[in-house]
This record gives sequence, C-alpha cells and structure tokens, in this order.
Amino acid sequence: MTKVLMKGNEAIGAAAIQAGCKYFFGYPITPQSELPEYMSRELPKVGGVFLQAESEVAAINMVYGAAGAGARVMTSSSSPGMALKQEGISYIAGAELPCLLVNIMRGGPGLGSIQPSQTDYFQATRGGGNGDYRMVVFAPANVQELVDLIIEGFDLADQYRNPVMVLGDGMIGQMMEPVEFKTPTKRDLPEKDWATVGTGDKRKPNIINSLYIAAEDLEAHNIRLQAKYKKMQETECRVESYNIEDADVVIAAYGTTSRIAKTAIAKLEKEGYKVGLIRPITLWPYPFDEFKKINPNCKGILTVEMNNGQMIDDVKIAVEGKFPVSFYGRSGGMVPTPDAIIEHVKKIYGGDK
Amino acid sequence: MEERIVIAGFGGQGVMALGQLLTYSGMTEDKKVSWLPSYGPEMRGGTANCNVIISSDAVGSPVVIDSTSAIVMNRPSLDKFEDSVVPEGRLFINSSLIDRKTTREDIEVYYIPANEIANEIGNPRVANMVMLGAFLEATKAVEVDTILNKAFTAVFGENRVNLLPINKEALERGAELVKEQRK
Repeated sequence: MTKVLMKGNEAIGAAAIQAGCKYFFGYPITPQSELPEYMSRELPKVGGVFLQAESEVAAINMVYGAAGAGARVMTSSSSPGMALKQEGISYIAGAELPCLLVNIMRGGPGLGSIQPSQTDYFQATRGGGNGDYRMVVFAPANVQELVDLIIEGFDLADQYRNPVMVLGDGMIGQMMEPVEFKTPTKRDLPEKDWATVGTGDKRKPNIINSLYIAAEDLEAHNIRLQAKYKKMQETECRVESYNIEDADVVIAAYGTTSRIAKTAIAKLEKEGYKVGLIRPITLWPYPFDEFKKINPNCKGILTVEMNNGQMIDDVKIAVEGKFPVSFYGRSGGMVPTPDAIIEHVKKIYGGDK
Repeated sequence: MEERIVIAGFGGQGVMALGQLLTYSGMTEDKKVSWLPSYGPEMRGGTANCNVIISSDAVGSPVVIDSTSAIVMNRPSLDKFEDSVVPEGRLFINSSLIDRKTTREDIEVYYIPANEIANEIGNPRVANMVMLGAFLEATKAVEVDTILNKAFTAVFGENRVNLLPINKEALERGAELVKEQRK
C-alpha cells in the first residue's frame, strides 16, 4: 500500500469505511465537522447511510438502534456534543451493544472554544453517563495511529459487545499526516446472534434492553458486565514508553500532548537530562503496571495535559506514592510549548543534572 | 535535518495549498512530515497560516514555534511571524504587498515581489508558487521535480495538469530572485 496525505478527521472516515462501517449518525460541530462531511460524501458510495440527525441526542439513539440490529455503526462529536450523547452511551453499554464513538475534544466547560483540548478525560474514562459501565478509550497521537485504532476499535466493540471510544483533540483532527491503510489482522469475532433482525419464526425474539426491574437480576447483569470489563483490563491495555528504566524524570502525557513532550525530551537530552515518557494509548484500561518499571531513583513524574489536571489522578494511583507527581497543563484551547515543559522538568530536577 | 516552516498570508493567497505541496512532496521523498492549519476564529483580512514540518526523524510537536523558515505573504503575517524565525533561519517576504523591511539582522532574508511576478507571467494566482520557488532554491527542502510531477496533481487534482507550465515558470522566477539576492 502507498501512503496518502490525509487530514485526521477525514482519515477517521476512510478508516471506518475500510473497517466495514455502513452507518453514521451525527450532528456537525467544530473541530470534527470534516468527518461527517466526509461520511456524507463517501458512505452512499459503499451502500451505507449518512444521516445528519436533528440533535446529538437523536444521533446517539440512532446509533443505539442500528447497533441493536447488528450493524457496524459510529457517531462522532466534539466535547459539548459528546456531553449530550452520554445518556445514549450509557444505554448502549447497559444493553451490551457494539459501536464506535469519536470525540475530537475542544476547550470547555460549556460551549467552550474550538481549539484543541483534552478536557474530557474524566468524561471518557469515568463513565460520562450514569451507571457502573466502562469502555475502552483510545488516545491516538498521530494520524496513522488514529486510522489503526479506528479499525481496531470496531472489532473490539464487536468482540466485547461494548461501545469503544476514540478520543482525540482539535489538533489531530485538523492536521495532515501520511497514512497507510494496512489490512488489519482479523479478530475471531462472535456471530451477532443477539441482533434484532427478525425471528423468521425460527426462534424467540431477541430483546435489546437496559432495564432490569428486579434488583437481583440487575445485580447479576452488573456482575456479568464487570467480568467483561475485567477481561478488557487484562487484554486490551496499550501503552508506549520511552527510557523509563533509566530516567531521572518521567513525563506522562497522551495524544498530541505526548508529541510536544517528545520534542521537549529530545531538547532536554541534548542538554544531558535523562527524561522518560509514558504515553497511555488506552486511557481506559489505564496502563498502571507500566509505572512499576520506572527507575526507582526517579525524582518525579510530570503529568502534562491540555486541561487543568485529570489524568494526573490515574498517574497518582499508578505510582502508589513512590514518586512525587506534579502537573503542567494549558487549557481553553491553548497548547503547551516544549519550552514550558522543559522548564517544569528542570524544576523537578532541582539544581543537579 | 528538520525544516519547521510557517506559511502565512490572508485567505485566498494559497498558503494552505503551498503547505500541502511541501508536505506531500516531503512524504513522497520518504521524509517524515506534518501539516497543521490555523483554524481559529480568524478575522477577515487577518492572517491564515499553516505549520509544515519536514524531517528526517519522526515529527514530535506539529506546532511550529521556532521556525527554520517563514514565508509571509502579507504585512500582518510579517508582523506576527518575523520573530518566530530562529537565528540563521530564513524569512521570505512578499515585497509586492509588504511595505516594510524586516528588523531582524540575524537571519537570511529574501524580498520576493511575488504578485508582480505572477502578474507578469500571466496569472496572479501563482504568487504563492513564486514564493515556493524562492523557498526551495534557498532551502532545498524538497526537489522542485517532486513538487511539479508528484505533489501538484495530488493537491490540486488531475484536471489542473494544464496549469503545470505556468506554475513551473513561477517556481523558476522565484528561484532566480534568490540566486540574484544571494550574490
């Protein structure tokens, strides 16, 4: 395959179609509108359906319906739009249906800004909707990884009968990078024998539901769900790390922020500093174990985010009090500079290199 | 090798396309590349800009803060990005529309009357290509041949292939000016 130059948002659409996604329900919002635009143009060409719903609430419930019928389906939005979708996401998780969700985050709270941000870490990883549900949340750092994880995400959703989220920001959505559409390794996916596609008078009707009136029944359902989430934690966690066994300071950052951290690390290395990086690729399940590999004499962990400190909670859980954890972030759509990160790393170093 | 380029002008001057030509060419030449547009709530008459990185190593931050080259197509862009150029970096000024000189003395500066040249060769819309020709002559970031024979139709579409000769001429005129100004 040859490389093509694509904008992140359009690459999501191309990857979804390659993964066999036939249905897209959404509502436009900057900075992800190129994605619905792409789908409106390209889905009809492959016999699919693009539908611009009257609202985000309607769109996510259309996803619920299509997923219940066993279709490969997705929706996308940006922060405030994703907030509106939370009720539907909780219902989809409760009814155990597969779908792909994309959130290209912008500054918040409220209507916020249109510039890149990572304000929805809590919303994505802590269950933005009600109930005790979980979902795999991918945080790609470049357009190639974005494409790979979109394709992987559909399979993962089908395998676990669970929503999967890809969490990006305005920067990855808007930027262009080379991508190659590789044929993914096929997972052994179960038949969708639960889908509501008509009985043909041959079986009892399938029922898609998240309501359990009897507490015993709902608890049993929850125990099943938790067993599924535990399996996801054991098998789906992904992380990239760099030089953490030898580092004096380790930066924890994800998505596009991790790239800025990499630029900072390269500059610091030229000055003789030893700085490592832990970049969670899945924000849930979180790669807690990776932090156990950090140099025991490390002076501290610097969490860098485009918000005011959300992933830092997971970093603190991960280091179990062994290292001091500090934070640097920009918010509102402002992007951290490598130099500001360098300054914070040097502060942790104190006087001595 | 890493070229971190800011390309700026007002809407319609082809700054985004110029950036895409460079990015696509870099990719074709097996370099690591990124293209990042400004997409803020821009004001009419203000600046539109994009950041392009062409590197032999993986691209870290796609945001260009300290540019190795800045190509500025109008006055607000010069005001905004003049200081972003690293010492010994390069600044390409569209002197057709920019009525002042740079205040920087620690960088290489080229004054290119891009609109005048574009009009002379018969199409005001190739002013961006005149600037690109100057940039390529000074930096050799990618091959002119890659721009013309691979990136051009990929960025503008196969149906624009008839515009290749005038774009080639624009690139050559820009390059000539750099050669002259270097003397």
